[in-house]
Amino acid sequence: MAGHKHLSLANEKMQFEFTATLKTRLLTGMAIGAGMILLWIIWAMLVPEAASHGPEHTMASGGAEGGHAYSWTKRLWANLWLCTLYFNGIALLGIFFFAVNYLAWAGWSALIKRVPETFGYFLFVTAPLLLIIFFLGGHEIFHWTDASLYEKGGANYDKIIAGKQGFLNTPFFLVRMIIYFSLWIGLFLFLRRMSLAEDKITDLRGYLKKPDLYNKIVYYSTAFIVVFGVTISTSTWDWVMSIDTHWFSTMFGWYNFASYWVASLATITLAVILLKEQGYFTNLGEHHLHDLGKFMFAFSIFWTYIWFGQFILIYYANIPEETVYFNARLNGGFYRPIFFLNIFLNFIVPFLSLMAKESKRTMTILKVVACNILVGHYIDFYMMIMPATVGQHADFGLIEFGCVTLFASAFIYMFAHQLSKAPLIAKNHPLLKESLYFTQFN
Amino acid sequence: MANKSKYLVGIFDDDEVLIKAIDKIRGLGVKIHEVYTPFPVHDLDVHLGHPRTRLGKAAFMFGATGTTLAITMQTSMLGFLWPMNIGGKDHVAYPDFVPVSFEATVLCAALGMVATFLISNGLGPGKKAKMFDPRSTDDKFVMAIEFDKNTAFTHAQLEQILTESGVSEKPFEKEL
Repeated sequence: MAGHKHLSLANEKMQFEFTATLKTRLLTGMAIGAGMILLWIIWAMLVPEAASHGPEHTMASGGAEGGHAYSWTKRLWANLWLCTLYFNGIALLGIFFFAVNYLAWAGWSALIKRVPETFGYFLFVTAPLLLIIFFLGGHEIFHWTDASLYEKGGANYDKIIAGKQGFLNTPFFLVRMIIYFSLWIGLFLFLRRMSLAEDKITDLRGYLKKPDLYNKIVYYSTAFIVVFGVTISTSTWDWVMSIDTHWFSTMFGWYNFASYWVASLATITLAVILLKEQGYFTNLGEHHLHDLGKFMFAFSIFWTYIWFGQFILIYYANIPEETVYFNARLNGGFYRPIFFLNIFLNFIVPFLSLMAKESKRTMTILKVVACNILVGHYIDFYMMIMPATVGQHADFGLIEFGCVTLFASAFIYMFAHQLSKAPLIAKNHPLLKESLYFTQFN
Repeated sequence: MANKSKYLVGIFDDDEVLIKAIDKIRGLGVKIHEVYTPFPVHDLDVHLGHPRTRLGKAAFMFGATGTTLAITMQTSMLGFLWPMNIGGKDHVAYPDFVPVSFEATVLCAALGMVATFLISNGLGPGKKAKMFDPRSTDDKFVMAIEFDKNTAFTHAQLEQILTESGVSEKPFEKEL
């Protein structure tokens, strides 16, 4: 490495400060979000038919599965479920970023590793929320929770769904949910504790000679990734795919992973840039940004590959039990433009705007593209959840914006709160020096 | 390859010394012909004052050519020249074209870049290796300065500049 520059942590702020201004702003954000949701609820209760897209808005086909009557509560639960899942994914994939970088012995990310690491704390919010929403609104989201579907000879008996009963039943669903979260949160807390213990090491010279704690984190990161690799697939079958109960796709786990991963990478990039603008990460240069940009660029293409892989197989084979999914989305009036917007925001925009080297190193462009990706993948999840729950009654209104505002503010609040509780820079990370001097080949 | 030029060749042991030497030598107004390193050195091109590579733009153009070719080919074949009923889809069904367009993009970009590599390096069948010092493929850093491009300096001056910049052995002249 060419030693033409000398970097040190001397001018680096080691501790993030959660200022009162930021706290007030985030609390206001949460209040506004909650207010919007409340306002929508009151409005929906007073004028039930106005809170849904009018019945004159007919779809060619598809829509809500089964013969359930639509009520505005359906849209409320679907929106809460959507936002919880979305931010749950961003939090979980933050831990994944941490684990992957340890597993790869990556040096460049050592400077910013506390950012994705701290995302994990939001699991403490989403875990109980998913349980609560399932208990209160599960019947409105999941068609398979209807007991009459399984009564042989009954009017509502559904042979296909009855065949899935061994997997899709409430007790097993809850057991799985508890297993996922205990594994994720358990491993996360374990990794976090070791990461914080590393900061307290006083004999750095001795530690660098024998980085036992670092090796231990690598070991448990591997365990996390093994657990994650299985549970990310199965949890998305449970929480997203089973909403379209009849339908199935073998690529669904991958597809959801890609979507979460890009969204999480965009959040990491955004958080790092905003922190840098606040005067943190003084040693973070365009080379680190370049890597974050490459991550977003590459995994946007990966998402497109998976998305298209799923689409083309179903489109080409043209089997009715599979095409029903895209029929509801492509020929569903309201959803058709969103379907194309999804590809535009998540593929065309990042692909073209992040292609050049300079744009991956420019903070403004990265910020805009990261925001674009976050909106894009919200829409991606919207397209997975809404057609089978809300169906032709879907719309973008107070409830959608309110939920996003509430959850985003809460996520940032949790992030900032936990970030301020530990040193921002992992000063004893064995590869921190490499991260400070990190440069890319041009 | 008929007209040979005379070069002054300096051997360096260390990449840090090399980078400092490049800055010093270029600072004196000497034009460096080329530097050969056994491994990629960070920011070497910046220190040598090379302009930004156009490889990225070339790759994009090759790729775009491939996409255009593939879409044109498929549209003309399936749309006009020999329409076929495939799975009851439209004759020109763009989702069907995506895999082929993708592959053609990759193929054209890859072949184009191989051609670019061969042309810009002057490589071809029977080409003889042009090497200032074979140790540049092992553990030495080799710097070549062309005499004809630095007529402002005498041979002795250039040799002295190179010697003082931290070479690990006496600079030598070579004709290539």
